[in-house]
Amino acid sequence: MAQYAVLIYSPAPADPMEITPDYLALLERYPAQVEELGGKIVTGFALQPSTTATAVRGDLVTDGPFIEAKEVVAGFFILEALDLDVALKIAKLNPATIDGGVEVRPLFVPPSE
Amino acid sequence: MVAATARVAGDLDVAEECVQDAYLAALDAWARDGVPHKPGAWLTATAKRRALDVLRREKVFRSKMPLLVESAEEEVVEEPDEDAVPDDRLRLVFTCCHPALAREAQVALTLRLVCGVSTGDIARAFLVSEPTLAARVTRAKKKIAAARIPYRVPEASELPERLDAVLIVVHLLYTTGHTAPSGADLVRADLVDRALHLTRVLLALMPDEPEVRGLLALLLLTDARRATRTDAEGRLLVLAEQDRSVWDRAAIQEGKGLVVGAFRTGRVGRYALQAAIASLHAVASSYAATDWPQVVRLYDELLKRWPSPVVALNRAVAVSMAHGPEAALDDVEALARDDRLAGYHYVPAIRADLLRRLGRQREAADAYRAALDLVDNDAERELLTARLAEVALG
Repeated sequence: MAQYAVLIYSPAPADPMEITPDYLALLERYPAQVEELGGKIVTGFALQPSTTATAVRGDLVTDGPFIEAKEVVAGFFILEALDLDVALKIAKLNPATIDGGVEVRPLFVPPSE
Repeated sequence: MVAATARVAGDLDVAEECVQDAYLAALDAWARDGVPHKPGAWLTATAKRRALDVLRREKVFRSKMPLLVESAEEEVVEEPDEDAVPDDRLRLVFTCCHPALAREAQVALTLRLVCGVSTGDIARAFLVSEPTLAARVTRAKKKIAAARIPYRVPEASELPERLDAVLIVVHLLYTTGHTAPSGADLVRADLVDRALHLTRVLLALMPDEPEVRGLLALLLLTDARRATRTDAEGRLLVLAEQDRSVWDRAAIQEGKGLVVGAFRTGRVGRYALQAAIASLHAVASSYAATDWPQVVRLYDELLKRWPSPVVALNRAVAVSMAHGPEAALDDVEALARDDRLAGYHYVPAIRADLLRRLGRQREAADAYRAALDLVDNDAERELLTARLAEVALG
C-alpha cells in the first residue's frame, strides 16, 4: 500500500463551525466509502479557520495564512491506498471537491538504495 | 520490450534499465554462444529476469527497513489483468496518458517508452530544447513512481476521460512516423505500424467510440498512399503528383467504411472529420478532380472543433484549390505572422507555392528559401530545393 496526504482546500476562511448540515452528512458517510474502495484513513485533522493562522518568513511574523488565496487548507488526512487511481477515486468522493478541492500527494519514502 | 518488462517491474526506470542490461548481456552471451534462435524473445526474457531480481532485492531491503507506518502484506509481482486489454503496449500507453500527468509529458513519455522515439526527435516535434524535454520526461517518470500511478488499462468507466489523451498520443505517434521529423527516410514504418496496431486494439476495446473509429479511418486512409509518397529516388511526391492507381484500395475501403460508421453516430469529432477529408482525397480520380468545395466545408467544421493554426493552414490550401491561389494568400500571410507557427516550414512552403501559381516568381523564391531554412527532413528538403530551382529559372 502507498501512503498519501490528502490536503483539503475550501473557500477561505474555511471555518469548521460553519459547515452546513448537508456537508456534515456527506462527511459522516465518507469513512465508510473510503473503506469500501479499499482505502484506509491513517489519521486526519480539521483546522481552525485560516483567519487564525500566523505565517513566519525569516524573522517576519505576520497575520494570516502563508499564501493568500481564495481557497485555503481546511484540513488533511493521511490515506493508505493501493495506488494513485484508488487514492483519486477516494479523493473524488470527498465533499470538499464540491466547492473547493483536494490535493493528493504521496508521502516521501526515503530511497531504498 | 520495455512494455513487457514494465509489467513485471512496475517501474518504468527499472524496466528501461533492465532492457539496457539485457542488451549488454546479449553482447557477451551471443559473442560466446552465438545468436539465439529468437533474439527478441531472449532479450525480453533476460530483461524480465533482471526486473524480478531487482524486485526481490528491494523486497528484502524493505522487509529490513520499517516503514513510517506499518504497511500491509503485499504481493510485489501482480499478475496482470489480461482480459481487459491483451496488449502490454496499450497498458503502457494508458499509464503514460494518466490524467495526473501533464499532457506534454503524456505524449513525450508514450513516444519515448512505447515507441522508442528519441528525446531529440520528440523535442523537435514540441519545439523545445532536448534538455528541457528530458527534464519533463524524468519528472513524469518520478511522479509515476512516487505517486504510484498503476500500470494498467483503466476500467470502462474511466476510459472516456483518458481517451482524449490516448488518441492525441497515438495520432502524434502516427504523424511522427508518417513524416519523420529528421533523418534520411521520409517514413518510419515501425512507428506507423505501431500506431495502426494500437488504434485497432483501442477499437476492439471501445467499439462504440466514434473518435476511435475516426482515428483508425484517418490512419488507414493516409497510410493507403504510403507507397506513392516518394519516387524511385526517394524524392518526395506531393499529393498532386502521386500515382493514384497504386494507392492501397483495401485500406481505403476499410477507412471509408469507418468514416461512414463514425458519421452515423451523429457525434463527429476531429478525427472523423479529418478522415472524411482524407477519404475525399482517396476517392478522387485526380488532385484537380477532388471535391475541393466539400473539403473546404469539412475544414470549416474541423476548425470549429479544433481551432488549430495548422488546420487553418491546410484549409487555406483547400481554398486555393477551390477558389484559386489569390483567395488563399491573405489567410496564409496572416498565419505566417502567427507565433505558434514560427518554426513551421510548411507556412513558407505553402506561401511559396501560392506565389509560384500566381506567377510572382521572385517572392516565391524568397519563400522557398525561408522554408529551406526550417526544414529538417531530407526528402522534403529536396522537393523544396527543386521548386526553388524551378522558380529561380522561370
